[in-house]
Amino acid sequence: MASINDIRAAFPYFSQGPGATGYVYLDNAATTQKPFAVLEAMNQFYIHSCANIHRGVHRLSQSASIAFEDARGITAQYFGVNNPQQIIFTSGATESINLLAQGLAKSHLKPGDSIMLSVLEHHANFLPWQEWAHAHQGTLKTLPLTSDFEIHWPELESHFKSGIALLSITAVSNTLGIRLPLEQIINIAKRYGVPVCIDAAQLAAHQYMNLDTLQPDFLVCSAHKLYGPTGTGILYLAPSWLNTLPISKTGGGAISKVSWEKTEYVDGALRYEAGTPNIAGVLGFAAALKKLQQWDLATCEKHEQQCLNYLEQQLIQIPEIIVYAQGKPKIGSLSFNVKGHHAFDVGSFLDRYQIAVRTGHHCTQPLMTHLNVSGTIRVSVGIYTSQDDINAFINALKKTLVHLLKYHA
Amino acid sequence: MPETPELIAETIVQEFSEFGDDWTLKYEFLMEQAIHLEPFPDTYRLDAFLIPGCQSQVWLAVERTENRYHFFADSDALITKGMIALLLRVVQDQTAAAISATSFDYITKIGFHNQLSPTRANGLRSMIQRIKQTVV
Repeated sequence: MASINDIRAAFPYFSQGPGATGYVYLDNAATTQKPFAVLEAMNQFYIHSCANIHRGVHRLSQSASIAFEDARGITAQYFGVNNPQQIIFTSGATESINLLAQGLAKSHLKPGDSIMLSVLEHHANFLPWQEWAHAHQGTLKTLPLTSDFEIHWPELESHFKSGIALLSITAVSNTLGIRLPLEQIINIAKRYGVPVCIDAAQLAAHQYMNLDTLQPDFLVCSAHKLYGPTGTGILYLAPSWLNTLPISKTGGGAISKVSWEKTEYVDGALRYEAGTPNIAGVLGFAAALKKLQQWDLATCEKHEQQCLNYLEQQLIQIPEIIVYAQGKPKIGSLSFNVKGHHAFDVGSFLDRYQIAVRTGHHCTQPLMTHLNVSGTIRVSVGIYTSQDDINAFINALKKTLVHLLKYHA
Repeated sequence: MPETPELIAETIVQEFSEFGDDWTLKYEFLMEQAIHLEPFPDTYRLDAFLIPGCQSQVWLAVERTENRYHFFADSDALITKGMIALLLRVVQDQTAAAISATSFDYITKIGFHNQLSPTRANGLRSMIQRIKQTVV
Protein backbone atom coordinates (compact mmCIF):
# COMPACT_ATOMS: atom_id res chain seq x y z
CA MET A 1 0.00 0.00 0.00
CA ALA A 2 1.40 3.36 -1.02
CA SER A 3 1.38 6.35 1.32
CA ILE A 4 0.30 9.79 0.15
CA ASN A 5 3.95 10.84 0.24
CA ASP A 6 4.95 7.89 -1.97
CA ILE A 7 2.23 8.82 -4.44
CA ARG A 8 3.17 12.51 -4.46
CA ALA A 9 6.81 11.56 -5.05
CA ALA A 10 5.72 9.82 -8.26
CA PHE A 11 4.34 13.06 -9.71
CA PRO A 12 6.77 15.69 -11.04
CA TYR A 13 4.07 18.30 -10.33
CA PHE A 14 5.11 18.23 -6.67
CA SER A 15 8.90 18.25 -7.11
CA GLN A 16 9.38 20.25 -10.32
CA GLY A 17 6.01 21.78 -11.15
CA PRO A 18 3.80 24.39 -9.49
CA GLY A 19 3.26 22.07 -6.52
CA ALA A 20 6.91 22.60 -5.57
CA THR A 21 6.11 26.22 -4.71
CA GLY A 22 2.96 25.32 -2.83
CA TYR A 23 0.32 25.80 -5.54
CA VAL A 24 -2.52 23.47 -4.51
CA TYR A 25 -4.24 21.70 -7.38
CA LEU A 26 -7.89 20.92 -6.63
CA ASP A 27 -9.20 20.76 -10.19
CA ASN A 28 -8.73 17.05 -10.76
CA ALA A 29 -12.18 16.56 -12.25
CA ALA A 30 -11.04 18.75 -15.16
CA THR A 31 -7.77 16.88 -15.58
CA THR A 32 -5.20 15.21 -13.38
CA GLN A 33 -1.46 15.68 -13.01
CA LYS A 34 0.70 13.01 -14.65
CA PRO A 35 3.13 10.63 -12.94
CA PHE A 36 6.72 10.16 -14.16
CA ALA A 37 5.75 6.65 -15.34
CA VAL A 38 3.34 8.09 -17.91
CA LEU A 39 5.87 10.57 -19.26
CA GLU A 40 8.53 7.84 -19.41
CA ALA A 41 6.26 5.42 -21.29
CA MET A 42 5.52 8.10 -23.89
CA ASN A 43 9.21 9.08 -24.16
CA GLN A 44 10.26 5.45 -24.48
CA PHE A 45 7.95 5.02 -27.43
CA TYR A 46 9.16 8.14 -29.21
CA ILE A 47 12.82 7.38 -28.53
CA HIS A 48 13.07 3.61 -28.94
CA SER A 49 10.15 2.26 -30.96
CA CYS A 50 8.56 5.13 -32.85
CA ALA A 51 6.74 3.52 -35.76
CA ASN A 52 3.22 3.16 -37.03
CA ILE A 53 1.34 0.13 -35.77
CA HIS A 54 -0.34 -2.82 -37.47
CA ARG A 55 1.31 -1.87 -40.77
CA GLY A 56 4.94 -2.73 -41.04
CA VAL A 57 7.10 -5.82 -41.30
CA HIS A 58 10.03 -4.07 -39.68
CA ARG A 59 10.92 -4.61 -36.06
CA LEU A 60 10.01 -1.12 -34.88
CA SER A 61 6.48 -1.43 -36.18
CA GLN A 62 6.19 -4.87 -34.71
CA SER A 63 7.36 -3.86 -31.25
CA ALA A 64 5.11 -0.77 -31.31
CA SER A 65 2.16 -2.94 -32.38
CA ILE A 66 2.81 -5.40 -29.58
CA ALA A 67 3.10 -2.57 -27.03
CA PHE A 68 -0.14 -1.02 -28.30
CA GLU A 69 -2.06 -4.30 -28.05
CA ASP A 70 -0.53 -4.95 -24.63
CA ALA A 71 -1.90 -1.55 -23.60
CA ARG A 72 -5.33 -2.66 -24.80
CA GLY A 73 -4.99 -5.76 -22.62
CA ILE A 74 -3.96 -3.70 -19.57
CA THR A 75 -6.89 -1.33 -20.14
CA ALA A 76 -9.34 -4.23 -20.53
CA GLN A 77 -8.06 -5.80 -17.35
CA TYR A 78 -8.35 -2.50 -15.46
CA PHE A 79 -12.00 -2.22 -16.46
CA GLY A 80 -12.76 -5.87 -15.73
CA VAL A 81 -13.21 -6.85 -19.37
CA ASN A 82 -12.06 -10.31 -20.41
CA ASN A 83 -11.95 -9.62 -24.15
CA PRO A 84 -9.59 -6.71 -24.95
CA GLN A 85 -11.24 -6.30 -28.37
CA GLN A 86 -14.17 -4.67 -26.57
CA ILE A 87 -11.91 -1.71 -25.74
CA ILE A 88 -11.70 0.81 -28.59
CA PHE A 89 -9.15 3.57 -28.26
CA THR A 90 -10.40 7.06 -29.11
CA SER A 91 -9.22 10.61 -28.49
CA GLY A 92 -11.32 10.83 -25.33
CA ALA A 93 -14.81 10.49 -23.88
CA THR A 94 -16.15 13.22 -26.16
CA GLU A 95 -15.03 11.43 -29.32
CA SER A 96 -16.27 8.12 -27.92
CA ILE A 97 -19.80 9.46 -27.46
CA ASN A 98 -19.77 11.11 -30.87
CA LEU A 99 -18.63 7.85 -32.54
CA LEU A 100 -21.33 5.99 -30.67
CA ALA A 101 -24.08 8.48 -31.50
CA GLN A 102 -23.14 8.48 -35.20
CA GLY A 103 -22.93 4.68 -35.25
CA LEU A 104 -26.27 4.19 -33.50
CA ALA A 105 -27.88 6.74 -35.81
CA LYS A 106 -27.11 4.43 -38.74
CA SER A 107 -28.84 1.36 -37.34
CA HIS A 108 -30.37 1.35 -33.91
CA LEU A 109 -31.95 4.78 -33.58
CA LYS A 110 -35.11 5.44 -35.64
CA PRO A 111 -36.61 8.86 -36.42
CA GLY A 112 -38.89 9.94 -33.60
CA ASP A 113 -37.15 7.77 -30.99
CA SER A 114 -36.64 8.92 -27.42
CA ILE A 115 -33.25 9.07 -25.71
CA MET A 116 -33.05 9.45 -21.96
CA LEU A 117 -30.31 11.49 -20.25
CA SER A 118 -29.99 12.83 -16.72
CA VAL A 119 -29.96 16.48 -15.71
CA LEU A 120 -26.44 15.85 -14.40
CA GLU A 121 -24.88 15.26 -17.82
CA HIS A 122 -21.72 16.97 -19.00
CA HIS A 123 -22.32 18.64 -22.37
CA ALA A 124 -20.20 15.84 -23.90
CA ASN A 125 -23.01 13.39 -23.11
CA PHE A 126 -25.76 15.83 -24.04
CA LEU A 127 -24.89 17.59 -27.29
CA PRO A 128 -24.31 14.51 -29.53
CA TRP A 129 -27.76 13.21 -28.55
CA GLN A 130 -29.39 16.63 -28.90
CA GLU A 131 -27.86 16.93 -32.39
CA TRP A 132 -29.27 13.52 -33.31
CA ALA A 133 -32.69 14.41 -31.87
CA HIS A 134 -32.83 17.70 -33.81
CA ALA A 135 -31.94 15.95 -37.05
CA HIS A 136 -34.31 13.00 -36.60
CA GLN A 137 -37.35 14.45 -34.82
CA GLY A 138 -36.22 12.60 -31.72
CA THR A 139 -37.04 13.46 -28.13
CA LEU A 140 -34.67 13.89 -25.20
CA LYS A 141 -36.21 12.67 -21.96
CA THR A 142 -34.87 13.33 -18.47
CA LEU A 143 -33.95 10.58 -16.08
CA PRO A 144 -36.54 11.05 -13.31
CA LEU A 145 -34.73 12.31 -10.20
CA THR A 146 -36.21 13.59 -6.95
CA SER A 147 -35.16 17.00 -5.62
CA ASP A 148 -32.61 15.07 -3.57
CA PHE A 149 -31.13 13.47 -6.71
CA GLU A 150 -32.57 10.03 -5.95
CA ILE A 151 -34.01 7.95 -8.79
CA HIS A 152 -37.78 7.95 -9.02
CA TRP A 153 -38.00 4.23 -9.85
CA PRO A 154 -41.71 3.86 -10.77
CA GLU A 155 -41.43 6.84 -13.14
CA LEU A 156 -38.29 5.39 -14.69
CA GLU A 157 -40.05 2.08 -15.32
CA SER A 158 -43.04 3.78 -16.89
CA HIS A 159 -40.68 5.65 -19.24
CA PHE A 160 -39.02 2.36 -20.16
CA LYS A 161 -42.47 0.80 -20.78
CA SER A 162 -43.44 3.62 -23.11
CA GLY A 163 -40.26 3.11 -25.12
CA ILE A 164 -36.77 4.52 -24.71
CA ALA A 165 -34.28 3.79 -27.49
CA LEU A 166 -31.21 4.53 -25.37
CA LEU A 167 -30.32 5.59 -21.85
CA SER A 168 -27.06 7.54 -21.71
CA ILE A 169 -26.03 8.69 -18.26
CA THR A 170 -23.04 9.78 -16.28
CA ALA A 171 -21.82 7.49 -13.52
CA VAL A 172 -20.80 10.44 -11.36
CA SER A 173 -21.78 14.11 -11.73
CA ASN A 174 -18.69 16.12 -12.68
CA THR A 175 -20.24 19.09 -10.88
CA LEU A 176 -21.80 17.66 -7.72
CA GLY A 177 -19.79 14.46 -7.29
CA ILE A 178 -22.91 12.37 -6.67
CA ARG A 179 -23.06 8.86 -8.12
CA LEU A 180 -26.02 7.32 -9.91
CA PRO A 181 -26.96 3.73 -8.91
CA LEU A 182 -25.72 2.18 -12.15
CA GLU A 183 -26.22 -1.44 -11.14
CA GLN A 184 -29.96 -1.07 -10.44
CA ILE A 185 -30.52 1.20 -13.45
CA ILE A 186 -28.83 -1.27 -15.82
CA ASN A 187 -30.79 -4.20 -14.35
CA ILE A 188 -34.12 -2.50 -14.99
CA ALA A 189 -33.04 -1.23 -18.41
CA LYS A 190 -32.10 -4.77 -19.40
CA ARG A 191 -35.55 -5.99 -18.40
CA TYR A 192 -37.07 -3.55 -20.89
CA GLY A 193 -34.39 -4.06 -23.54
CA VAL A 194 -33.11 -0.48 -23.26
CA PRO A 195 -29.40 -0.16 -24.18
CA VAL A 196 -27.36 1.79 -21.62
CA CYS A 197 -24.34 4.00 -22.22
CA ILE A 198 -22.29 5.04 -19.18
CA ASP A 199 -20.14 8.17 -19.13
CA ALA A 200 -17.46 7.02 -16.69
CA ALA A 201 -15.19 10.06 -17.16
CA GLN A 202 -15.53 10.96 -13.48
CA LEU A 203 -16.00 7.54 -11.87
CA ALA A 204 -13.11 5.62 -13.42
CA ALA A 205 -10.45 7.72 -11.69
CA HIS A 206 -11.91 6.98 -8.26
CA GLN A 207 -13.41 3.47 -8.28
CA TYR A 208 -12.56 0.18 -9.91
CA MET A 209 -15.26 -0.96 -12.31
CA ASN A 210 -15.95 -4.49 -13.52
CA LEU A 211 -17.70 -4.15 -16.84
CA ASP A 212 -18.11 -7.89 -17.41
CA THR A 213 -20.24 -7.87 -14.24
CA LEU A 214 -21.88 -4.45 -14.62
CA GLN A 215 -22.74 -5.21 -18.26
CA PRO A 216 -23.49 -1.79 -19.72
CA ASP A 217 -23.91 -1.73 -23.48
CA PHE A 218 -21.41 1.10 -23.88
CA LEU A 219 -19.01 2.97 -21.63
CA VAL A 220 -16.78 5.94 -22.34
CA CYS A 221 -13.89 7.47 -20.45
CA SER A 222 -10.91 9.82 -20.95
CA ALA A 223 -7.34 8.90 -20.06
CA HIS A 224 -6.40 12.38 -18.90
CA LYS A 225 -8.79 12.21 -15.95
CA LEU A 226 -7.06 8.96 -14.86
CA TYR A 227 -3.54 10.43 -14.65
CA GLY A 228 -2.93 9.53 -18.30
CA PRO A 229 -2.20 11.83 -21.26
CA THR A 230 -4.66 14.13 -22.99
CA GLY A 231 -6.05 13.11 -26.39
CA THR A 232 -6.69 9.48 -25.42
CA GLY A 233 -9.76 7.64 -24.22
CA ILE A 234 -11.88 4.57 -24.68
CA LEU A 235 -15.20 3.41 -26.00
CA TYR A 236 -16.20 0.08 -24.49
CA LEU A 237 -18.64 -2.06 -26.47
CA ALA A 238 -20.59 -4.95 -24.99
CA PRO A 239 -20.02 -8.25 -26.89
CA SER A 240 -23.37 -7.92 -28.70
CA TRP A 241 -22.36 -4.51 -30.13
CA LEU A 242 -18.81 -5.38 -31.15
CA ASN A 243 -18.79 -5.58 -34.97
CA THR A 244 -22.55 -4.83 -35.12
CA LEU A 245 -22.32 -1.14 -34.10
CA PRO A 246 -21.89 0.57 -37.49
CA ILE A 247 -18.59 2.36 -37.94
CA SER A 248 -18.72 6.13 -38.23
CA LYS A 249 -15.03 6.78 -38.90
CA THR A 250 -13.38 5.18 -41.91
CA GLY A 251 -9.80 5.03 -43.14
CA GLY A 252 -6.55 3.12 -43.01
CA GLY A 253 -6.01 0.28 -40.59
CA ALA A 254 -9.68 -0.61 -40.18
CA ILE A 255 -10.08 -2.60 -43.37
CA SER A 256 -9.46 -6.14 -44.59
CA LYS A 257 -10.13 -5.52 -48.29
CA VAL A 258 -10.79 -2.36 -50.33
CA SER A 259 -11.91 -2.20 -53.96
CA TRP A 260 -13.70 0.46 -56.02
CA GLU A 261 -16.97 -1.35 -55.48
CA LYS A 262 -16.86 -2.46 -51.90
CA THR A 263 -14.81 -2.44 -48.68
CA GLU A 264 -14.65 -5.10 -46.03
CA TYR A 265 -13.70 -4.06 -42.54
CA VAL A 266 -11.77 -6.10 -40.01
CA ASP A 267 -13.54 -7.48 -36.96
CA GLY A 268 -12.66 -6.33 -33.47
CA ALA A 269 -11.46 -3.07 -32.02
CA LEU A 270 -9.42 -2.06 -35.09
CA ARG A 271 -12.67 -1.86 -37.06
CA TYR A 272 -13.40 1.35 -35.13
CA GLU A 273 -9.86 2.77 -35.00
CA ALA A 274 -9.33 4.07 -38.54
CA GLY A 275 -6.23 6.18 -39.03
CA THR A 276 -3.10 6.25 -36.91
CA PRO A 277 -4.19 6.28 -33.29
CA ASN A 278 -2.56 8.27 -30.50
CA ILE A 279 -0.02 5.50 -29.92
CA ALA A 280 2.08 7.38 -27.35
CA GLY A 281 -1.13 8.44 -25.60
CA VAL A 282 -2.38 4.87 -25.36
CA LEU A 283 0.97 3.66 -24.00
CA GLY A 284 0.94 6.50 -21.48
CA PHE A 285 -2.61 5.58 -20.50
CA ALA A 286 -1.63 1.96 -19.86
CA ALA A 287 1.30 3.17 -17.73
CA ALA A 288 -1.11 5.28 -15.67
CA LEU A 289 -3.49 2.34 -15.16
CA LYS A 290 -0.61 0.13 -14.02
CA LYS A 291 0.37 2.75 -11.44
CA LEU A 292 -3.22 3.00 -10.20
CA GLN A 293 -3.32 -0.76 -9.72
CA GLN A 294 0.06 -0.70 -8.01
CA TRP A 295 -1.13 2.00 -5.60
CA ASP A 296 -4.48 0.24 -5.22
CA LEU A 297 -7.22 2.58 -6.28
CA ALA A 298 -9.59 1.14 -3.66
CA THR A 299 -7.28 2.36 -0.87
CA CYS A 300 -6.78 5.69 -2.64
CA GLU A 301 -10.54 6.09 -2.86
CA LYS A 302 -10.95 5.74 0.91
CA HIS A 303 -8.39 8.48 1.39
CA GLU A 304 -10.06 10.72 -1.20
CA GLN A 305 -13.35 10.11 0.57
CA GLN A 306 -11.86 11.25 3.87
CA CYS A 307 -10.57 14.42 2.21
CA LEU A 308 -13.98 15.19 0.68
CA ASN A 309 -15.85 14.47 3.91
CA TYR A 310 -13.44 16.67 5.84
CA LEU A 311 -13.86 19.40 3.24
CA GLU A 312 -17.65 19.27 3.47
CA GLN A 313 -17.56 19.35 7.28
CA GLN A 314 -15.31 22.41 7.17
CA LEU A 315 -17.42 24.18 4.56
CA ILE A 316 -20.78 23.73 6.27
CA GLN A 317 -19.40 25.46 9.36
CA ILE A 318 -19.00 28.69 7.36
CA PRO A 319 -22.38 30.47 7.37
CA GLU A 320 -21.89 32.19 4.00
CA ILE A 321 -21.35 28.88 2.17
CA ILE A 322 -23.97 26.84 0.33
CA VAL A 323 -22.84 23.25 -0.41
CA TYR A 324 -24.75 21.54 -3.20
CA ALA A 325 -26.09 18.01 -2.61
CA GLN A 326 -25.09 18.58 1.02
CA GLY A 327 -24.85 15.40 3.08
CA LYS A 328 -24.99 13.12 0.05
CA PRO A 329 -22.06 10.78 -0.60
CA LYS A 330 -19.70 12.30 -3.14
CA ILE A 331 -17.02 10.93 -5.41
CA GLY A 332 -14.18 13.19 -6.47
CA SER A 333 -15.97 16.54 -6.55
CA LEU A 334 -17.91 18.95 -4.38
CA SER A 335 -19.61 22.16 -5.51
CA PHE A 336 -20.44 25.20 -3.43
CA ASN A 337 -21.16 28.90 -3.64
CA VAL A 338 -20.64 31.92 -1.41
CA LYS A 339 -24.01 33.55 -0.76
CA GLY A 340 -24.35 36.80 -2.69
CA HIS A 341 -21.05 36.41 -4.51
CA HIS A 342 -20.13 35.17 -7.94
CA ALA A 343 -18.08 32.00 -8.31
CA PHE A 344 -15.68 33.86 -10.62
CA ASP A 345 -14.80 36.36 -7.87
CA VAL A 346 -14.20 33.58 -5.35
CA GLY A 347 -12.07 31.59 -7.80
CA SER A 348 -10.03 34.68 -8.76
CA PHE A 349 -9.05 35.29 -5.13
CA LEU A 350 -8.39 31.58 -4.49
CA ASP A 351 -5.98 31.50 -7.42
CA ARG A 352 -4.10 34.43 -5.90
CA TYR A 353 -3.98 32.45 -2.64
CA GLN A 354 -2.32 29.55 -4.50
CA ILE A 355 -5.39 27.36 -4.95
CA ALA A 356 -6.63 25.96 -8.28
CA VAL A 357 -10.35 25.22 -8.33
CA ARG A 358 -12.84 25.33 -11.17
CA THR A 359 -15.52 27.99 -11.32
CA GLY A 360 -18.37 28.37 -13.77
CA HIS A 361 -20.96 26.01 -15.19
CA HIS A 362 -18.56 23.04 -15.59
CA CYS A 363 -20.05 22.24 -19.02
CA THR A 364 -23.30 21.33 -17.25
CA GLN A 365 -25.62 24.23 -18.09
CA PRO A 366 -28.82 22.14 -17.83
CA LEU A 367 -27.79 21.27 -14.24
CA MET A 368 -27.05 24.95 -13.48
CA THR A 369 -30.56 25.81 -14.68
CA HIS A 370 -31.93 23.00 -12.50
CA LEU A 371 -30.04 24.39 -9.46
CA ASN A 372 -31.01 27.94 -10.47
CA VAL A 373 -27.43 29.21 -10.32
CA SER A 374 -25.15 30.70 -12.97
CA GLY A 375 -22.19 28.68 -11.75
CA THR A 376 -20.52 27.06 -8.78
CA ILE A 377 -17.07 26.68 -7.31
CA ARG A 378 -15.95 23.08 -7.62
CA VAL A 379 -13.26 21.44 -5.54
CA SER A 380 -12.13 18.10 -6.96
CA VAL A 381 -9.62 15.78 -5.34
CA GLY A 382 -7.20 13.20 -6.72
CA ILE A 383 -5.14 10.35 -5.35
CA TYR A 384 -2.40 12.78 -4.27
CA THR A 385 -4.68 15.24 -2.45
CA SER A 386 -3.70 15.56 1.20
CA GLN A 387 -5.57 16.87 4.21
CA ASP A 388 -3.00 19.69 4.23
CA ASP A 389 -4.26 20.63 0.75
CA ILE A 390 -7.81 20.85 2.09
CA ASN A 391 -6.64 22.92 5.05
CA ALA A 392 -4.77 25.25 2.69
CA PHE A 393 -7.93 25.59 0.64
CA ILE A 394 -10.12 26.35 3.68
CA ASN A 395 -7.62 28.96 4.91
CA ALA A 396 -7.51 30.58 1.48
CA LEU A 397 -11.32 30.56 1.30
CA LYS A 398 -11.59 32.24 4.70
CA LYS A 399 -9.15 34.96 3.59
CA THR A 400 -11.15 35.34 0.36
CA LEU A 401 -14.35 35.82 2.34
CA VAL A 402 -12.77 38.64 4.32
CA HIS A 403 -12.24 40.49 1.03
CA LEU A 404 -15.54 39.61 -0.58
CA LEU A 405 -17.79 40.28 2.38
CA LYS A 406 -16.76 43.95 2.30
CA TYR A 407 -18.68 44.22 -0.94
CA HIS A 408 -22.13 43.21 -2.00
CA ALA A 409 -22.60 41.85 -5.48
CA MET B 1 -15.19 67.63 -21.52
CA PRO B 2 -13.41 64.58 -20.10
CA GLU B 3 -9.66 64.37 -19.95
CA THR B 4 -8.01 62.58 -22.85
CA PRO B 5 -7.91 58.76 -22.75
CA GLU B 6 -4.12 58.93 -22.42
CA LEU B 7 -4.30 61.09 -19.29
CA ILE B 8 -6.98 58.92 -17.70
CA ALA B 9 -4.96 55.78 -18.45
CA GLU B 10 -1.93 57.40 -16.80
CA THR B 11 -4.01 58.17 -13.73
CA ILE B 12 -5.14 54.54 -13.53
CA VAL B 13 -1.55 53.28 -13.80
CA GLN B 14 -0.62 55.75 -11.04
CA GLU B 15 -3.46 54.47 -8.81
CA PHE B 16 -2.35 50.87 -9.27
CA SER B 17 1.32 51.64 -8.64
CA GLU B 18 0.38 52.29 -5.01
CA PHE B 19 -0.62 48.64 -4.61
CA GLY B 20 2.78 47.28 -5.67
CA ASP B 21 2.51 43.52 -6.11
CA ASP B 22 -0.34 43.10 -3.63
CA TRP B 23 -3.02 41.30 -5.60
CA THR B 24 -5.55 41.45 -2.83
CA LEU B 25 -5.42 45.25 -2.92
CA LYS B 26 -5.73 45.26 -6.70
CA TYR B 27 -8.78 42.99 -6.60
CA GLU B 28 -10.38 45.01 -3.82
CA PHE B 29 -9.79 48.16 -5.86
CA LEU B 30 -11.51 46.48 -8.83
CA MET B 31 -14.50 45.60 -6.67
CA GLU B 32 -14.56 49.18 -5.40
CA GLN B 33 -14.64 50.42 -9.00
CA ALA B 34 -17.41 47.92 -9.72
CA ILE B 35 -19.78 49.07 -7.02
CA HIS B 36 -19.32 52.70 -8.04
CA LEU B 37 -20.04 52.01 -11.70
CA GLU B 38 -23.07 53.87 -13.02
CA PRO B 39 -26.14 51.60 -12.71
CA PHE B 40 -26.95 49.62 -15.82
CA PRO B 41 -30.37 50.66 -17.20
CA ASP B 42 -32.87 47.80 -17.10
CA THR B 43 -34.01 48.70 -20.62
CA TYR B 44 -30.66 47.45 -21.89
CA ARG B 45 -30.70 44.16 -19.99
CA LEU B 46 -31.37 42.24 -23.17
CA ASP B 47 -29.56 39.43 -24.96
CA ALA B 48 -28.56 41.89 -27.67
CA PHE B 49 -26.32 43.66 -25.13
CA LEU B 50 -24.95 40.49 -23.55
CA ILE B 51 -21.43 39.18 -24.13
CA PRO B 52 -21.93 35.59 -22.94
CA GLY B 53 -19.03 33.61 -21.54
CA CYS B 54 -18.08 30.55 -19.61
CA GLN B 55 -17.14 32.34 -16.44
CA SER B 56 -19.32 35.41 -16.07
CA GLN B 57 -21.84 37.45 -18.02
CA VAL B 58 -21.15 40.93 -19.30
CA TRP B 59 -23.60 43.51 -20.62
CA LEU B 60 -22.48 46.50 -22.65
CA ALA B 61 -24.66 49.25 -24.11
CA VAL B 62 -23.88 52.67 -25.56
CA GLU B 63 -25.73 55.96 -26.10
CA ARG B 64 -24.55 58.67 -28.49
CA THR B 65 -25.02 62.33 -27.73
CA GLU B 66 -23.83 64.57 -30.55
CA ASN B 67 -20.40 63.15 -31.30
CA ARG B 68 -19.68 61.60 -27.90
CA TYR B 69 -20.35 58.07 -26.66
CA HIS B 70 -21.65 57.13 -23.24
CA PHE B 71 -21.27 53.51 -22.17
CA PHE B 72 -23.24 51.42 -19.70
CA ALA B 73 -21.92 48.07 -18.53
CA ASP B 74 -22.60 45.39 -15.97
CA SER B 75 -21.44 41.94 -14.96
CA ASP B 76 -22.64 39.36 -12.47
CA ALA B 77 -19.04 39.00 -11.22
CA LEU B 78 -17.60 41.96 -9.32
CA ILE B 79 -14.00 41.53 -10.48
CA THR B 80 -15.13 41.36 -14.09
CA LYS B 81 -17.34 44.40 -13.56
CA GLY B 82 -14.37 46.24 -12.02
CA MET B 83 -12.26 45.46 -15.08
CA ILE B 84 -14.98 46.87 -17.33
CA ALA B 85 -15.19 49.94 -15.12
CA LEU B 86 -11.48 50.49 -15.75
CA LEU B 87 -12.05 50.24 -19.50
CA LEU B 88 -15.02 52.60 -19.41
CA ARG B 89 -13.23 55.28 -17.37
CA VAL B 90 -10.89 55.75 -20.32
CA VAL B 91 -13.44 55.82 -23.15
CA GLN B 92 -16.42 57.37 -21.36
CA ASP B 93 -17.94 60.35 -23.22
CA GLN B 94 -15.06 60.44 -25.71
CA THR B 95 -15.43 60.94 -29.46
CA ALA B 96 -15.36 58.07 -31.94
CA ALA B 97 -11.94 59.20 -33.15
CA ALA B 98 -10.52 59.28 -29.60
CA ILE B 99 -12.01 55.87 -28.74
CA SER B 100 -10.73 54.26 -31.94
CA ALA B 101 -7.26 55.61 -31.22
CA THR B 102 -7.26 54.58 -27.56
CA SER B 103 -4.48 52.28 -26.50
CA PHE B 104 -5.35 49.76 -23.82
CA ASP B 105 -1.69 49.08 -23.01
CA TYR B 106 -2.32 50.36 -19.49
CA ILE B 107 -4.05 47.01 -18.77
CA THR B 108 -0.66 45.33 -19.15
CA LYS B 109 1.02 48.04 -17.07
CA ILE B 110 -1.34 47.43 -14.13
CA GLY B 111 -0.59 43.70 -14.28
CA PHE B 112 -3.72 42.30 -15.88
CA HIS B 113 -2.12 41.17 -19.15
CA ASN B 114 -3.24 37.60 -18.45
CA GLN B 115 -6.81 38.89 -18.71
CA LEU B 116 -6.08 39.81 -22.33
CA SER B 117 -5.73 36.20 -23.51
CA PRO B 118 -7.58 35.81 -26.81
CA THR B 119 -9.05 32.48 -25.71
CA ARG B 120 -11.07 33.98 -22.90
CA ALA B 121 -14.48 34.15 -24.49
CA ASN B 122 -15.62 37.25 -22.66
CA GLY B 123 -12.27 38.43 -21.47
CA LEU B 124 -11.05 41.98 -21.71
CA ARG B 125 -9.99 41.58 -25.32
CA SER B 126 -13.53 40.90 -26.50
CA MET B 127 -14.86 43.78 -24.37
CA ILE B 128 -12.31 46.14 -25.92
CA GLN B 129 -13.27 44.86 -29.37
CA ARG B 130 -16.95 45.40 -28.60
CA ILE B 131 -16.27 48.98 -27.40
CA LYS B 132 -14.27 49.82 -30.52
CA GLN B 133 -16.81 48.16 -32.85
CA THR B 134 -19.65 50.18 -31.33
CA VAL B 135 -18.17 53.49 -32.37
CA VAL B 136 -17.06 52.53 -35.89
